[in-house]
Amino acid sequence: MKIQLVKIAHARSGDKGDDANIGLLALKPQDYPVLVREVTAERVKKHFAGICRGEVERYELPNLLALNFVLHHALDGGGLVSLRMDNQGKTYGAALLRMEIDVP
Amino acid sequence: MIRIANGSAFWGDSAEAPLDLLRGGPLDYLTLDYLAEITMSILQKLKARDPRAGYAHDFVGVIKRGAKDIVERGVKVVTNAGGMNPVGCKDAVAAVLQAAGYGGRIKIGVVTGDDIMPQLDQMLESGIPFTNMDSGEPLSAIRARVQSANVYFGAFPIADALCRGAGIVITGRCNDAALALGPMVREFGWKAHDWDRIAAGTIAGHVIECGAQCTGGNCQADWESIPDIANIGYPIVEAEPDGTFVVTKHAGTGGRVNVAGVTEQLLYEIGDPKSYITPDGIADFTTIRLEQRGPDRVRASGIKGRAATDQYKVSISYSAGFKAVGTLAYSWPDAHKKARAADKILRQRMDRLGLELEAIHSEFVGVNGCHGEMSGEPANDIAEVVLRIGARAMEKAPVERFLKEIIPIALNGPPSVTGLNSGRSKVDEIIAYWPALIPMTAVAPQVDVASV
Repeated sequence: MKIQLVKIAHARSGDKGDDANIGLLALKPQDYPVLVREVTAERVKKHFAGICRGEVERYELPNLLALNFVLHHALDGGGLVSLRMDNQGKTYGAALLRMEIDVP
Repeated sequence: MIRIANGSAFWGDSAEAPLDLLRGGPLDYLTLDYLAEITMSILQKLKARDPRAGYAHDFVGVIKRGAKDIVERGVKVVTNAGGMNPVGCKDAVAAVLQAAGYGGRIKIGVVTGDDIMPQLDQMLESGIPFTNMDSGEPLSAIRARVQSANVYFGAFPIADALCRGAGIVITGRCNDAALALGPMVREFGWKAHDWDRIAAGTIAGHVIECGAQCTGGNCQADWESIPDIANIGYPIVEAEPDGTFVVTKHAGTGGRVNVAGVTEQLLYEIGDPKSYITPDGIADFTTIRLEQRGPDRVRASGIKGRAATDQYKVSISYSAGFKAVGTLAYSWPDAHKKARAADKILRQRMDRLGLELEAIHSEFVGVNGCHGEMSGEPANDIAEVVLRIGARAMEKAPVERFLKEIIPIALNGPPSVTGLNSGRSKVDEIIAYWPALIPMTAVAPQVDVASV
């Protein structure tokens, strides 16, 4: 069955220079392994195609039931350089919650 | 246990929050963060125009309104409001306190030395390359365009000022979390090599440095059920000498402090969670244990840290050209089609003019402004769409010409359009950010404490 991440996770995002980061958090402990399995760095890079021009790194925080994604060169230069409305990636967390994943 | 609150996440945050924190319940320290990455370059420009300016003057208003609580109740205040001119900020604050009759009743500590702009060339010559941490380029590539250069100091200069009796500590650039860690170092006598406790205090500071973002603000988890956001309480850390802490807020305020919200904030603007590097140490976010301890109380424990590096981070700002953005709102019928047509026409006109623009970027607000292509296609009968079109160039003239071309399309382009703010749009100078490192031995913070 396919579901959208928003059903099982929440997220917050922000900027550091031209990089954005997204903290993705399981709403329930039993869904953390699903996030680890399904939401890979490769899938996130593909999800943000056209927005993220660099690599995506993923870090695991099992103690917080969370994953941290760093999206390199994802902000059109970042800060005041960027021409985008969301020049600080504030809505990228919500964008990640659009992703469809497989659940048993 | 000491209570440390944060009443400002950036310059422009709620003017009432610091006062609500002072008056809403028990408090030992009030921290106020005013400096974002780009704020220093703005303050540098203000100082160039007026040598007495260059600090976050909102802070002077906080002192004016909160003087009674600060002086008579002894709530200590720690802030980076000094920006590019900590001494100027101190003078303004002292004047306000004297005028309120508090002369001789409080000491102000000032931390300086973070502004390395005057020594920058000497430092480059001595072999410090200030290599861009993101791109790997040496600073020499943009040296002529540098506008400001500031070292991020840590918590120990702040603790030093507090030890010497300061009731108010004003810094320039410093690590955001240091504003909260400094008071813990002072109160608990933590040593520079108490790496676990330094890491715990850093993480406590990180949780509250964005103000209400850890008490229910900008919180995705179950956001609709967060109570009384209009009266949201700003955060308070109840810090213990062993490095554990509880995140909470004053009784009777709105918002919510729960594990989900605090976790969102923990992950805000971090990189590798095992290595959160500050001037004071390295914090490991994978060691944090959070638990709900009653309503609006989240306890953190178990935090581990490692030794600090031997380098400070430096924030350098430089001029990187010009940009402008215009907006045009198209209404039903065919709102999206019209906005897209207008975008195409504008680009054809820019081409014909031969403007030397580095980039043109268009978004359709209401359709894809936030999430780009992943937003999908809008409904055919969408009520309205805003074309938001921006351009960037090294020179100002082509950007000005670009902007002039936008307003006329209201009359010489597709129908049913209104201007939003395009009539008022202006060309902005682009200030870019250059992160670099400097050996700790190359620079020293200076701490001065004096009675008002």
